[in-house]
Amino acid sequence: MKSSRRNFAASLSAVSLGVAALGLPLFAQAADTIKVGILHSLSGTMAISETVLKDTALMTIAEINAKGGVLGKQLEPVVVDPASNWPLFAEKAKQLISQDKVAVMFGCWTSVSRKSVLPVVEELNGLLFYPVQYEGEELSKNVFYTGAAPNQQAIPAVEYLMSKAGGGAKRFVLLGTDYVYPRTTNKILRAFLKSKGVKDSDIDEKYTPFGHSDYQTIVADVKKFSAGGKTAVISTINGDSNVPFYKELGNQGLKATDVPVVAFSVGEEELRGVDTKPLVGHLAAWNYFMSIKNPTNDAFKKQWAEYAKAKNLPGADKPLTNDPMEATYIGIHMWAQAVKKAGSTDTDKVIAAMAGQTFPAPGGFVSTMDAKNHHLHKPVFIGEVKADGQFNVVWKTPAPVKAKPWSPYIEGNDKKKDEPEKKS
Amino acid sequence: MFPMHARRWLVALLLGLSFGAVHALTPPQALALAKGENEERIAALQASLARGDDGLAAFVQAMLDDAVKLAGDKVFIVRGDKASDAATGADARLPDGAEDLVNSNQMRRELEGALAALKLFSHDLGERRAAIKALKEEADEGRLPLIEKALAAEQDAALKEQLTQVRAAILVSSTDAGKRMEAARALAGSLTPATKTLILERLKPAADGGETEVDIRSQLGIALGAIDARLAWGERLGVLFTGVSLGSILLLVALGLAITYGLMGVINMAHGELMMIGAYATYVVQNLFKSHLPGLFDAYVIVAIPASFLAAALVGAALERSVIRWLYGRPLETLLATWGISLVLMQGVRSLFGAQNVQVENPSWLSGGVEVLSNLTLPFNRIAILAFAVLVLAGVALLIAHTRLGLFVRGVTQNRRMAACMGVNTARIDTCAFALGSGIAGLAGCALSQIGNVGPDLGQGYIVDSFMVVVLGGVGQLAGTVYAALGLGVLNKLLEGWQGAVLAKIMVLVFIVIFIQKRPQGIFAMKGRSAEA
Repeated sequence: MKSSRRNFAASLSAVSLGVAALGLPLFAQAADTIKVGILHSLSGTMAISETVLKDTALMTIAEINAKGGVLGKQLEPVVVDPASNWPLFAEKAKQLISQDKVAVMFGCWTSVSRKSVLPVVEELNGLLFYPVQYEGEELSKNVFYTGAAPNQQAIPAVEYLMSKAGGGAKRFVLLGTDYVYPRTTNKILRAFLKSKGVKDSDIDEKYTPFGHSDYQTIVADVKKFSAGGKTAVISTINGDSNVPFYKELGNQGLKATDVPVVAFSVGEEELRGVDTKPLVGHLAAWNYFMSIKNPTNDAFKKQWAEYAKAKNLPGADKPLTNDPMEATYIGIHMWAQAVKKAGSTDTDKVIAAMAGQTFPAPGGFVSTMDAKNHHLHKPVFIGEVKADGQFNVVWKTPAPVKAKPWSPYIEGNDKKKDEPEKKS
Repeated sequence: MFPMHARRWLVALLLGLSFGAVHALTPPQALALAKGENEERIAALQASLARGDDGLAAFVQAMLDDAVKLAGDKVFIVRGDKASDAATGADARLPDGAEDLVNSNQMRRELEGALAALKLFSHDLGERRAAIKALKEEADEGRLPLIEKALAAEQDAALKEQLTQVRAAILVSSTDAGKRMEAARALAGSLTPATKTLILERLKPAADGGETEVDIRSQLGIALGAIDARLAWGERLGVLFTGVSLGSILLLVALGLAITYGLMGVINMAHGELMMIGAYATYVVQNLFKSHLPGLFDAYVIVAIPASFLAAALVGAALERSVIRWLYGRPLETLLATWGISLVLMQGVRSLFGAQNVQVENPSWLSGGVEVLSNLTLPFNRIAILAFAVLVLAGVALLIAHTRLGLFVRGVTQNRRMAACMGVNTARIDTCAFALGSGIAGLAGCALSQIGNVGPDLGQGYIVDSFMVVVLGGVGQLAGTVYAALGLGVLNKLLEGWQGAVLAKIMVLVFIVIFIQKRPQGIFAMKGRSAEA
């Protein structure tokens, strides 16, 4: 009895706090802005990748505001730093939704951070736009995935490695950081490779902790493994561990013509400051590369270069764009279009309006939000590292590919529906 | 390694050689080699080889060096500031908007194959050696006449031997059982992983296209055994080297702590941040060189070493004067205070340089490696750090054992009051010793900047390791620190090779916990009167 009374008191005070939190910004902001949360690590091991996404989001919001905002209101970005600390992502997300009352959040990079935010957005009926390639196996009503699912990145890349142009690899080293994205991707890839007749003895799976910096043993093992037949490495190493990994590869003389490494988390930004000459020919699979030539991309690159210069961002002397930046850019524009269509920032109305949205993407194709499965239809590109740290596109799909978040290579997925479960 | 179609060109090259006619590469032909789809370019390369075009080798080399530019229908070779016409070799002015020619992996393999074939008859011994090495990477039947010819012409005994092995690698798939047998015997003398790949291919079950004769199979098995035995040595040496290399890094990281914690007894949680300061000092020096002395960029490390030492030593001295001197003999308070300082230092660096990692580039002489065995390449940066660790260790040992300052430091740490009675200014010695330990941490930071990331939390990754090394080695003992660092390095690498990086880390920690429980004083215990002090 006592405890329930205490609970009641606690919830009462929570309500009054919530009311206070609600009331204050109403007075302060005079309700003429729409708040937009940005949830990217600005410090820690993921800062190397995520900081630019925060800046891209700010740039896109400024662009939309310059054109008059959305529904006659200006967008007001609220930036928080979850510091590469996964539980902190959930806390910050909760703070953004319930305290700052943001209409939508753009953020997360690693799957473990998204998984940590997921229960929060579902419980509070928030909205998250996730801009990075990931392992699939997830479909939430409250999340839009503007990065690639495995069939839009990993599987085409492995098919390319097995082709004649890609070197005809027979053996594969699956190398990743030890968390959910590499583990799940490698599970899918293993099943895929088996379906192509590759034996278990020709697949070597290896994991390292986050922030691992000594890749001597791993590179030596790859060398040893490659004596058994034409080998390729599929890297899902995430964050700043890539720098020591590629340094070690170059120093131990493992060239791309012998053992190509295809990476799913390494783009233009991650190669900044790495001496790329020893890495020439190693591959990356993405849905966008900075080196793609078309007018939309030229405009996007110019816009970013000018923004970086105006804001004096680190690295503004050599402005780079990459795939998750493009995905962030597309995501924010699509959300703004959906809000206009819905005439409201109400989560459920925006979700309904998102279906079938299109946007001319810098990748050179019109990206379409699938009518049901919350994923974008995206083209796939495979690029080789050039000496200047850019990528030379060696293979691409003729048209955008529809995402399959439930990979057919994982057992039991054939029964899952290609749309989020409806919740009352 | 290059693929099957190399064979076509080798045949083509032989044809060209036999005609003996020499054509100069014409501009349209150069264009065909450089522009278009891969398949078309490969066909053009084949045709050019067949004609035996003059200047082809130089052009292919330029393409491999990424020194070729395209402007409309013109092809240029650009070396340094000078541009020349790719076909004629005449000096030319590079038009504006010329684009780099980019070769994919497939094209690079083709180009390397063509170049090796062209260079097999070079007059230069080194070029021939490189060509044979490239040919050794992959066996190809079509090359046999070419290799026979080269073998007949080759004068150098070592290269002749190599060529014989290349020939054996081809003959092992011959239709003549006698030749296969002979080749299988010869292959035992070849030590490369490529030969192992080849033999494994031949040892597949006969139904899958492997060797059919039982005798030859057993001979191949013997050859495989011989190669495996040799390669195993490379692997063992590799594990040893990686272990020693990790050990040298641990030693550098722990050496400063061996002075501040081991000798002085200060539990310095900010030790990692002093390393970080050293690494950032290296970064600043690098940037200064980049902007003011770009010509001497490769030498920046030489200046960065004293700079990182001084930066960290100054911060260390300031810390000692301002905070730590008030806390001697109070380990808990020291621990808390230094931990706070570490947070302050990290945040300070974040405010100054930003939260993101900064880039420290390796000078060119620290990039790449030296090939010791066919399957063992030792990277220059790791060798340099190993040598650096030895030098720093020698320096510290000399300083402590043979200088006046070292004598005072030992005196003060062993018996502070007695030293004070003898007229030693103990407060000053404390500051000097702490600054020395901090400076060595700075040196470690400088070394770490050459192999890993430089960011505000660089030190966090090493603080646990460095305490582990010092405690395991025995507090107050330099020699113990050395043994513990090397031991942990090699142990870690052995376990990693066996169980992977994640489990290896756990197992090392478990080992240390158990070891310290059984032997709390570490590997080497202090003996004598100083032990009780």
